[in-house]
Amino acid sequence: MTAYRYDGTFAGFLTCVWDALECGIEPVEFLLPDGGAALWETREPATDRGKAKRLYTALAKRVSPAFQKLIARGFLTCLPQKELDLLVLIRRGLAEGDRVRLDLSNPVMARVNLALTKMWTEWDHLKGFVRFSDLDGALVGEIEPKNRVLPLLASHFAARYSGERLALYDRTHHEVFLSDRGRWKLLPAEDFRMGPAGAQERAFRAMWRNYYQTIAIEGRLNPKCQSTHMPKRYRHVMTEFLTDEELETGLPGRSAAGSLGDGRGNKRTP
Amino acid sequence: MDVMEKLTILADAAKYDAACTSSGVTRGGRAGTIGTASNSGCCHTFSADGRCVSLLKVLYTNCCCYDCAYCVNRRSNDVPRTAFTPRELAELAIQFYRRNYIEGLFLSSAVLKSPDYTTERMIETLRLLRTEYAFNGYIHAKAIPGADPGLTYELGLLADRLSVNIELPSESSLRLLAPDKSRASIFKPMAQIRDGAAQSKAELKLYRHAPRFAPAGQSTQMIVGATPESDRHILTLTEGLYKKYRLKRVFYSAYMPVSDHKNLPAPAHFKPPLLREHRLYQADWLLRFYGFTAQEILDDSHPNFDAALDPKSDWALRHPEFFPVEVNRADYEAILRVPGIGMRGAERIVAARRYGPLSFEGLKRLGVVMKRAQYFITCGGRMLPGLRCSPDSVYRRLTGLEQGLLGSGESWQQLSLFEQGAG
Ligand code: SF4
Ligand code: SF4
Repeated sequence: MTAYRYDGTFAGFLTCVWDALECGIEPVEFLLPDGGAALWETREPATDRGKAKRLYTALAKRVSPAFQKLIARGFLTCLPQKELDLLVLIRRGLAEGDRVRLDLSNPVMARVNLALTKMWTEWDHLKGFVRFSDLDGALVGEIEPKNRVLPLLASHFAARYSGERLALYDRTHHEVFLSDRGRWKLLPAEDFRMGPAGAQERAFRAMWRNYYQTIAIEGRLNPKCQSTHMPKRYRHVMTEFLTDEELETGLPGRSAAGSLGDGRGNKRTP
Repeated sequence: MDVMEKLTILADAAKYDAACTSSGVTRGGRAGTIGTASNSGCCHTFSADGRCVSLLKVLYTNCCCYDCAYCVNRRSNDVPRTAFTPRELAELAIQFYRRNYIEGLFLSSAVLKSPDYTTERMIETLRLLRTEYAFNGYIHAKAIPGADPGLTYELGLLADRLSVNIELPSESSLRLLAPDKSRASIFKPMAQIRDGAAQSKAELKLYRHAPRFAPAGQSTQMIVGATPESDRHILTLTEGLYKKYRLKRVFYSAYMPVSDHKNLPAPAHFKPPLLREHRLYQADWLLRFYGFTAQEILDDSHPNFDAALDPKSDWALRHPEFFPVEVNRADYEAILRVPGIGMRGAERIVAARRYGPLSFEGLKRLGVVMKRAQYFITCGGRMLPGLRCSPDSVYRRLTGLEQGLLGSGESWQQLSLFEQGAG
């Protein structure tokens, strides 16, 4: 039995796939550099961008562009051992052609599709739930997503705020999106703190919190319905549920956001 | 009065309007402007009552010269009054938008001095936003009944969506409770918006720079439970609005007891009919996406919703001749009629069976939830193995499922689901 260890990048993964196809290997596990010791023999092909690119192109040419997209997007999901499932699909795609995408009731395909649906839901949520603060003219925000949605959010926000400078930090995947008037890039970043805001920024936050409280209709209060639509895990980066201090130090964390209970977070004292 | 106080008053006064969508138009980013719009809309937060918040929803002013009995802003009500200036409101909207608090602006207003004067102030606000602030995001504006058509047209050139509220489901209720409004004053602008949007669409096909009039179409809302109309009456009215006026959405708002007017339910013991509102949204969904007609959902012998059952299951139980549906052969439209199977489920079934025949196991893996569907489908000619049922027991089980969803007693009344969260 064989495991693969790679650097966590898409190119690295495709290099492993290349190796597996070439040598007829059916791995039982994929590991990251810090992923602990494997119980089995481990192959570690060095990431080869050239091979990765050729394989990536082949997915579109020999299967279909939609299939290529399925694999690329699937790689951004947080599905455990997604690499194994994607490898299975690539094998089948190259053998059977694009028809494989119709096999929706196949367990592997169903699992990948479910993971993708969840990722798109998270992406859709975050397009709305991301909050920026104006810090010296730049718009700065943080997210803590399950899936690696930052690359997908990047183009959305770069287009929306094409005249602004933006920074959006992904706490889960330690990655930051930077945009300067429409030109943008993604960079790895270990740590990130928002820092204190000026009086004007605080005033707009206060108005937003105030607006948020005002619009709830007393006769219809319904926290259960509220959290079905907006799971609590998002709240610890959302201005309306946080004090200025929590927002700026990034400290509320999951547990604090979980205890907001009635959804009127800013009534709490810090 | 500072902007914070104005915002509180004017958001509070606007919050009973149920429309919240930012849907219906797609616009990419453009250099030199701020903002984009996406056809499916985008929710930015959910308020404590579980309703989505997409747009900054405020009145331009709550000073009203009319006296509609069901409305908090009516002339005779004693509440603090204020108005934004166009500059204040434009600045607020832009600053909220930059921080991604909102998807755009929903601007409505009470009638300050006259419909024309009010509309002019709204136009000025939107013009500031669109030109000076180069705002390219979503704007929903409320057309004021009785305003000059020329002004309404100007408003529609600046907004993505226009709406005129029907307010109450019948002329007689309107006469009783909104003496300053008539059915004609509501339907006239509605027809104007329909025709203006159609004309603009046709012109855009000929030349690219033709003016865009309300590209996201129009919507309306009505108050449910303040007056005696049946569910059937309301649903038939809705169907007509979709067909005749080509509305994009009809919203329903359970009446909140804001007044002790003699023609309205007494506030003391009145519970807003939230469950009824929910059933209306479910039925509305069936009209728009599932190919049902109002007549199929409710008729003379059956003029009101079954409180204990969703309208789709209700229809299914009254039409045993339609079932079971064979998932491996039935067409998309027939599969859509199966309780518990939604649009995405039906699409997946139709796609997946092109690969090979589907089993019950396979259906589950597709993500089809069997709780309701199991009573109404076959897979390769067979019902779900081990399933035993009679019409009575199916009714009991389906209503049991609803009870589980809705909770019991008080919380049963508390329900306020905005169906499926799609604009
Ligand atoms: S819940 Fe639906 S209607 Fe409300 S903003 Fe979101 S998409 Fe629009
Ligand atoms: S005109 Fe509008 S704001 Fe004025 S009382 Fe009637 S419904 Fe209320």
